[in-house]
Order: sequence, then C-alpha cells, then structure tokens
Amino acid sequence: MNRRAFLQRPAAVLVPPAAALAQKPVETLSPHANRVLPAGLATTSTTLAPYTGPWGYEQAAHLLRRSLVGPTRAEVLAAAGSSLAAVLDGLFTAAPAPAPPVNGFSTNTIDAVGQTWVTAPFNNTVEGSRNRSLRAWWADLLLQSTTLTEQMTLFWHNHFVVSFDQVFDSRYAYRYLSLLRQQALGNVRQLAKDVTIEPAILDYLSGTKNRVGAPNENYGRELLELFTLGKGALIGPGNYTTYTEDDVQAAARVLTGWQNLQAGISSSFAANRHDPGTKQFSAAFGNRTIANQGATEYLALLDMIFDRPETAQFLARKLYRWFVYYVIDAQTEQDIIQPLAAQLQQNGYDIAPVLRTLLGSEHFFDVLSQGCVIKSPVSFTLGVVRQLQVVFPPATNVVAQYGLWDYLVSNATLQQQRLGDPPNVAGWPAYWQTPQYYEIWINAVTLPRRNQLTDGLISARGIVRNIDGTKYALKIDAIGLAQALPSVAAADPNLLIAELVKLLLPLLLTDNQTAFLKNALLPGLPDFEWTNEWNQFLATPTKTAVRMAVETKLQALLRSLMGLAEHHLS
Amino acid sequence: MQAISSLMKRRDFIQTTAAATAGTTLLSGFPLGAYGFSPELLALTGGATPTDKVLVIVQLQGGNDGLNTIIPLDQYSALMTARANIALPESSVLKLTAATGIHPAMAAVHSLFQNSKIGVVQSASYPQPNFSHFRATDIWTSGSDSNVTWNTGWAGRYLDSEYADYPTGYPSAQFPDPLAISIGSVVSNCVQGPSVNMGMAIASTSSFYQLLSGGTDTAPNTPAGHELSFIRQMVSQTQVYTKTIQAAAGRAANLSPLYPVAGQNSLADQLKIVAQLVAGGLQTRIYVCNLGGFDTHVNQVSTTGGTTTGNHATLLGKLAGAIDAFQDDLRRLNIQDRVVGFTFSEFGRRIRSNSGLGTDHGTAAPMFMFGSQVNPIVHGTNPSLPANAGVNDNLAMQFDFRSIYTSVLQDWFQVPPATLAQLFGRSFPYVPVLRLGAVVTAAATVQPVGNFAVFPNPAPRDGQAIVTFDSEGGPTYLRLLDGLGREVRRPVDGRSLAHGPQRIALDLSGLAPGAYHCLVQQGARQDSRVVVME
Repeated sequence: MNRRAFLQRPAAVLVPPAAALAQKPVETLSPHANRVLPAGLATTSTTLAPYTGPWGYEQAAHLLRRSLVGPTRAEVLAAAGSSLAAVLDGLFTAAPAPAPPVNGFSTNTIDAVGQTWVTAPFNNTVEGSRNRSLRAWWADLLLQSTTLTEQMTLFWHNHFVVSFDQVFDSRYAYRYLSLLRQQALGNVRQLAKDVTIEPAILDYLSGTKNRVGAPNENYGRELLELFTLGKGALIGPGNYTTYTEDDVQAAARVLTGWQNLQAGISSSFAANRHDPGTKQFSAAFGNRTIANQGATEYLALLDMIFDRPETAQFLARKLYRWFVYYVIDAQTEQDIIQPLAAQLQQNGYDIAPVLRTLLGSEHFFDVLSQGCVIKSPVSFTLGVVRQLQVVFPPATNVVAQYGLWDYLVSNATLQQQRLGDPPNVAGWPAYWQTPQYYEIWINAVTLPRRNQLTDGLISARGIVRNIDGTKYALKIDAIGLAQALPSVAAADPNLLIAELVKLLLPLLLTDNQTAFLKNALLPGLPDFEWTNEWNQFLATPTKTAVRMAVETKLQALLRSLMGLAEHHLS
Repeated sequence: MQAISSLMKRRDFIQTTAAATAGTTLLSGFPLGAYGFSPELLALTGGATPTDKVLVIVQLQGGNDGLNTIIPLDQYSALMTARANIALPESSVLKLTAATGIHPAMAAVHSLFQNSKIGVVQSASYPQPNFSHFRATDIWTSGSDSNVTWNTGWAGRYLDSEYADYPTGYPSAQFPDPLAISIGSVVSNCVQGPSVNMGMAIASTSSFYQLLSGGTDTAPNTPAGHELSFIRQMVSQTQVYTKTIQAAAGRAANLSPLYPVAGQNSLADQLKIVAQLVAGGLQTRIYVCNLGGFDTHVNQVSTTGGTTTGNHATLLGKLAGAIDAFQDDLRRLNIQDRVVGFTFSEFGRRIRSNSGLGTDHGTAAPMFMFGSQVNPIVHGTNPSLPANAGVNDNLAMQFDFRSIYTSVLQDWFQVPPATLAQLFGRSFPYVPVLRLGAVVTAAATVQPVGNFAVFPNPAPRDGQAIVTFDSEGGPTYLRLLDGLGREVRRPVDGRSLAHGPQRIALDLSGLAPGAYHCLVQQGARQDSRVVVME
C-alpha cells in the first residue's frame, strides 16, 4: 500500500476550495453547499458558564440528540423528568466493555457462526467477512448505547483514523476499536500514546516501515498535523507555525523501531531498527531535544506535544465541530475554544470533564446551538432505526442480526459514510473541509438515498432482506409508536403530530408545515374523524382492515415527517 | 398498416395513427382502435402502450352527500320526509334529465352536461360497504373487496404492469416524466405500486410554484436556518423529475380566465397545474387531485341562508367551478380530447339527515365523469328511497366502482381485459363511461348522431322500441346496454348502412325494468340515449 497517497490528501485542507473540489467526483458535493463560511448569522454571547435555564423536553432532546444516535421518546422523557446534572452523570458513565463480535455470516466458512474471531489466526479469505462482522457489531453498539461512550468512540475513529479495508487484518481493527472505546471518555494523551504503537495504526500509517536509516515520515506527519497540534499558517519554508518539516523528520526518527507481530496480534519494539540519535525539535517546541530512550522514547515525544497549548486548542475545536457547529468565529474562539483548551491542558487531558463543561454550558443549550448539525449518514441511518424502535431478530438468530446490522452499515456507506473507513487519514471531510463542513453529507446522490431508506422503513412491507433464504423486514411499527403515546395524544391528531414532530425534528414547524402533515394523516377530514378511527382500532385491534386503515395514515404522516428537510438536522 | 416499432416515439405514433384513421388504412374495414379497446394496437406497439391520454382522478375527501348532489326528482316526497332540514327546494334543482337534477351550486357542471362534457354515474359503491373513512378510502384507492386488504393502489398496479422495473432506470430517454403525479401532502394511495409508489407528490400548489422558480421556504438567519435552507434547496434539486416538470411548465401557460384567484379554490388551483403540465407535453398518465371537507356531519347547509347555501353548497361550487375552468382551459389549450377525469368519494351519506343540519356516513354516491371524451349521460337510474327512511337506511349500489375503473382503463389506456382481471382480481361489468371511439383521439372530434331518438320512451316491457337516426353511411354499431353497462342487444353489428334516415326495431323481450343506454356509433359520430323500461 502506498501511504504517500495519504500524504497528499490532507494537504487539500490548504488548497483553495475550488481547486480541492475539482478533484472530486461531481456528485459528492452539492452546488448549493457553502462557497464561503456563513457570515452574518445570528450570533450569541453565551459562554461556557453552566446552563441553569429551564430544563424540559426541548433541552433534554437537544442533549440526547447530540450524545446518542436517535434518542427515543422514552429516553427524552426520562431525561426531561430528571436534571441536567443527573443526565450528564448518566451520559458520562463509561459503558462496560462489550462482548466481542462473532461471525454472523454463513458465507464465512472458517469461523463458526456465533463464534468470535478476534483472536483467530489471520486468514486472507475471511478477513473481509470479519471486518464486515466488526462493522455490523459496531452498528449495534451505536444502536444500543445510552452513554457518550459510542459517540466518543466514533469521534476518536474520525480523529485517530484507520481504514479497516486497508489494514485488512480484522483482529487489528478490533484491537484498535477496543482501544478507542476503552479510552473514549478517558485521557486523550494516554490514548494518543497507545494509538501510536497500536498495530492497526502502525500498519495504516507506515509505522512498521519506519526504521533507522530509512525513516518513514507518514505517522510523524499525521501525528502533528491531524492528531495533535494541527497545521498553522505557512510562515517560512517548511514552517507551519505549530511545527516544521524538520520536526516531522525528528518525530519520525523518535518513532523508529516499532513493528507488528501478526501472529501475536500485537506490536513490539525492535531496538536494532530504532534510531538512537538525539532528535532536535524546532523553536515551535522550544528547541527541545529528545535523546535515545528506546521503547519508551515515543512517550517523551507525545508528552512534549501535549505540553503545547495548540494541541489542546486543536482538540477543543474538533470537539466543538462534532458536538455544536462548524463555524468558529472570533467570539466562539475566545469564549468557548480557549477556555475549553485551557481546562483540557490543566486537567492533564482528561476528556470527560471538558466535554461535560461544553455539554452542560449555556452556549450548548443556546437556542442558536440547536438544530444546526446535519446528521452524519451513520447518525441518520442508525438514528431513525433507533428512534422509531425498529425491532431486530432475537440474539439467538445471529445471522439475521448481523445481516440486518450489515444492511444498515451498507446503507450508511451508500450515503457516503463507511464505518471503519473514513476516506482518508484526515477523517470525514464533513468535520474539516472548509467551507462546506456538514453540508458535504447532503448531495444529489446521498439525499435520495436517505429518502429511500426512510420511505422503505415506513412502507407497508418495510425493507425486506433475504438472509440465508429467510426474509426479515426492517420496518417501523407506526401503530406501536402511536400506541406508546399517552392515549389522549394518540387519539387527537394535533397532539399526535406534535408528539412525533418533537421526537423527530429539532426545530419547530410553521403552521403551514403542520397543516401539511395533518393533511397526510387526515386528508380533508375534520379532527374528530381521527379520534373515531383510532378508537375503532383500539376497540377491535385484531381486525386487519381496521388496523390497516389507521396504519396507512400513520405511515403517510411519518413518511412526510421524515421527508422534511428538518429531519436531517440534529 | 405499416409496422410500428416499439421504439417509435410517441408523437410519431400518434401522427401515424391519425393518418391511418383519416386515410384509407382500415383494419377489418374499421379504423384501428376506434372501437373500444384494441388488442391489435397493443400488439403492434408492444410493451408500454404509447398514449398521450391523461386521466385525472379527483378525490372528494370526507364522503360526499350524493342525494344533495344529484337529486332524484321523481322521489321528492321521500326525500323531504327523510331530510327536510337539508333538502333543496325542488324548484332550485337544475335538471339534467326529466327525472334527475343537480345541486344549483353546480350550475357550471349542469351547463357542461348540456354541452356533453359531463357524465354522471349513479350510486357507485361496492358490496358490503364500510363506514370508516380510512377503510373506505383504502377500498376505493386499492380497488379491493370490502373484506380484503390490499396495500397497493389500483392505478399503481396498472402503472406497474406497464413499467415493471420502475423506478430502476427511470427517468429514461423513453419515459422522462413522472408516471403519475399527486398534488397533496402525500402520493395518493391510488398510485401505490407493489414495491414502490409509482407517483411523485407535489406537496402543495405553492410548492409547485417554488419548484418552478427554484425557490424554497425562507428559514431564519440562524445556524439551523442556514443548514435548513441548504437542505431545502437540495430537496428541490434532487426531485428527479424537477427538470422535466419545469420544462413542461415552461412550454405552456394556462389560458382560461375562469380560474379563481389562487388560494380560493384548492381544486381549481390543482387542476390548473394539471392543464399546464399536460399542455406543456409532460407524458404523465395519471394525476390525482383532491378536495377535502365533505365530511358534513353538522351544518352541511346554512343555518340562516336556506338549504341551497352552506358548507356543502360551497364545496360543490368549488368542484363545479374547478371542473368548468379546467375544461375551458383544456379547450383553449387544444388538448381537451386527451384528458378525461372522474371524481370519487369514499362513501356517500345517510339518506336521513341528522338534527345538526348534517348527514352521517352512508354508502353509494354518484361519480362525475368529466371531459370532452366522456359519455355525457346519466348512467343508471335514480336511487330508490324508502317512503320513510330510517336512520340506518342506505342507498343500494347500482355500479361497482371497479366497473368504472376497469372500463376507463380498458377504453382510455387500452388495457386488455385479461390484464384488468388480473389487476382487480376478477372482471367487472363494462360501463360505457367514455365515448366510443375515444381511444384514438387524434381522429376528428367525435360528432353527435343526428336525429337520434328512441320511442316510445319509457318503453313497454317485453315489447319493442324503434330507434331512429340519420346515417351518413359506413360501418355502424347500434347497441343497448343495461344499467350495469352490460350489452344486452346489438341490432346493428358493424354492417354498412346507407346514407339517410334509419329506422331500426329494438326487441325488448325479457329485459327487466330499469334504465338502459342505447348507443349508436358510425365512424367518428357516436351518441347515446337513455331508455327506461317500464
């Protein structure tokens, strides 16, 4: 694998947008996406001061939308009935390590169905299938998660990027993902240290080819440019303000000597491949040097990098763009980014307290911070399934479960986000490509696919998958959703619509939009006819014709609701 | 007849057929396709049937009160007994025929009827009618039996049979346009196909004009509003048919001055769009429009202004005004022979009114057929009312609505009877709701038959009637159909008649009492008369 290819792509960050975009296929970017960063939008002066305003459905829903994929009505209600502090306590409770993935595909004839492969010998013929199993399993973890663990695992995947396909060793991929999950709400300096010698990263970013006399700069460069300090303005030949080309070379020399042991599914340090010389860093690092420390030398490099405030600032901006919005103006930089970065550095890079400051702040709950994130494909796809409580086969039916999770992964892939495979080492462009950012997710290819997904889920048959000769449907139970509402709300068309709107959309609708939805539920009829029809169904729930009568109307309502532009926002 | 390639362009096909009809090329001595469904035509063209025919379906949502729409003038005392508080004064009713009248709010439709652009189907329903709006609507849109649930729409099944792979590969060079268009919040269930909906929805008339202008609703100047505006632009851009719809709309403008100001009559606003798109050359076959508010449990008539005014009168006025403007527009746009439409409502209302100046859910109700190519008669007889209708009395069905659907599909879109039987589970009696010869519209406009009369009328049971009409020479058909549209007599079976007045005996022996239709067709001329059997 030629890793040089990856070196060129992150450089596109600095290329003027038009030139950078000209290299992409047309359909990956909408002509309506930002040509410059939006300016002149309503702004706020809210800060990181703890939020003490009203606590109710709106605030709880906002917090959970950004923290989970697709919070259910029950979850939002429970949170609204609790307090911000208690809800944050819950979200920041790290989830226990999940049981490992198993083979869920009958096409993999090496690993028994239902049996894990995470410590099995490498096998070229089934590594693809194992990666598929890993992605499917990961999708389920995202669906099940009730804490920030999975959201932050995905965040770190987008930060410390690998490609499962390119690494092509599923055991490495599983190890890597387990590491991210384990440190998801932990210490980012420690995570960066662990990641540096993680087999998947060593493979993906050429660490295994980095040896004395033949240094490979790949990881050293990405570590500085994309994982920690970030690239500043070019202020001299090879000088990016925050680091220099010489620093990249020095870092690469520090990192020489690491190799992967495929049999042991681990990495190891080979002293004879390590560059024992003293490494000199530039003025950006205070002209510090790192002398030979063998297998622990990389720790000195990471500590030196994390001593720099730019690293904390870079991470604070990345958190902000993931959880709040992509525009960081001077005021946001001053009132939000700098204080967050200071807190991160002062507490030794523990991520949870910093994220808690952000998610518990006045700024986060500011109405201007709500509804402005365009859902990623993973968040959209898994979110609709989770939020509308699509039922999966029981755990005893492994192939059906994995088959359906795999379908969801494929669907998000069609929408241009593949779990385990960001397009390059910079992560998904929606979180770095200026000035489009999130708007990259929505284009002429992806938007129809999003609509096809929701239309399929709400159709009479649902999305039917044939798995080993048996058909399984991913289907939204529209009647079940209505029945789960308070009986008064289910029987009243206005209350019913209001409940579903506030569940699915982060924004209020206009009267016209509400009338549009009502016409989908109750075309041309007075309100009481819904009550009549619904009560008839409740009286004879097993009569197919009566059930279908209300079901088709609820499906029409939900289809219209999920087709609104607002449904793509979080 | 020259061979017609299946790849031939639709326009070429129409022109070829027109030439054939006007010229000398005849099939079995009869113009190709000029006589109902033509399997020859389908076989010649293969696959998706080339047609420029358009069907407009108007759904009157809520259950239209048929007895205050089409009024049985011969049963006024029973009508007054059952619904004195809402019945129309007899003197106010406009006469369609001697025995059948129409609500005065529908004066425009009355005059269209006189101009042969309206047909009325009496008492359409289905066996074991259902009183639930949703269920009854599902039955009417799916075409299922009352005790069967189908989750596909009748028009959707038809379109699916024509375009089996849809939406894969669509739009294509051959079929660049939406197969069906619904105007309203959701794509009508009428056009729900087995796997996907065969239609696209134009959410509202205002969204249609936004689609044309490329504009979207305004959003606030906030981060969320910024992203919302962006997504809305994309939503509008990625409607796959946006460009062809914009192009069609750009090629034609509405010409009728009869359309009310936008926003006053939602059905008129919708039909106006249909006229523009058809005139602009959009090849969409089926349009579904709707008018809501017919669920008139209370205050169907005005509490103060008399029974000819009030909510129901307003709705019927909108219906009539919309159809009138639409027909006027189609005529001015020179496309009137390509478009037919019909109305349906999920049910009619109870014979007996309630004390709230309204009516509750009922059963059978009339359907309107509209367009220059409809058979402009009243199909069937007046419903018969009990002398003292009780609260649970309902009207009997005369026509199964599926007879109307299948007859329209057969005559208008040339769907073979065997296919119709598949689409609807079985065959339904044919009803001549369209003019004979309507199938090839490129032929000269259909002309009435001169001096066409049947006498005596009413005719004596088991006796004989005489049919007279002026022949202009050529192959001729003379047929008698019963109230369900079944052909019961065919005294002239395509033989050539000489030029001049004709006088043909019609044997009525063995026929039951009721309304019949006598139809004459000769070349491009065709006409019908209602014959009542005593």
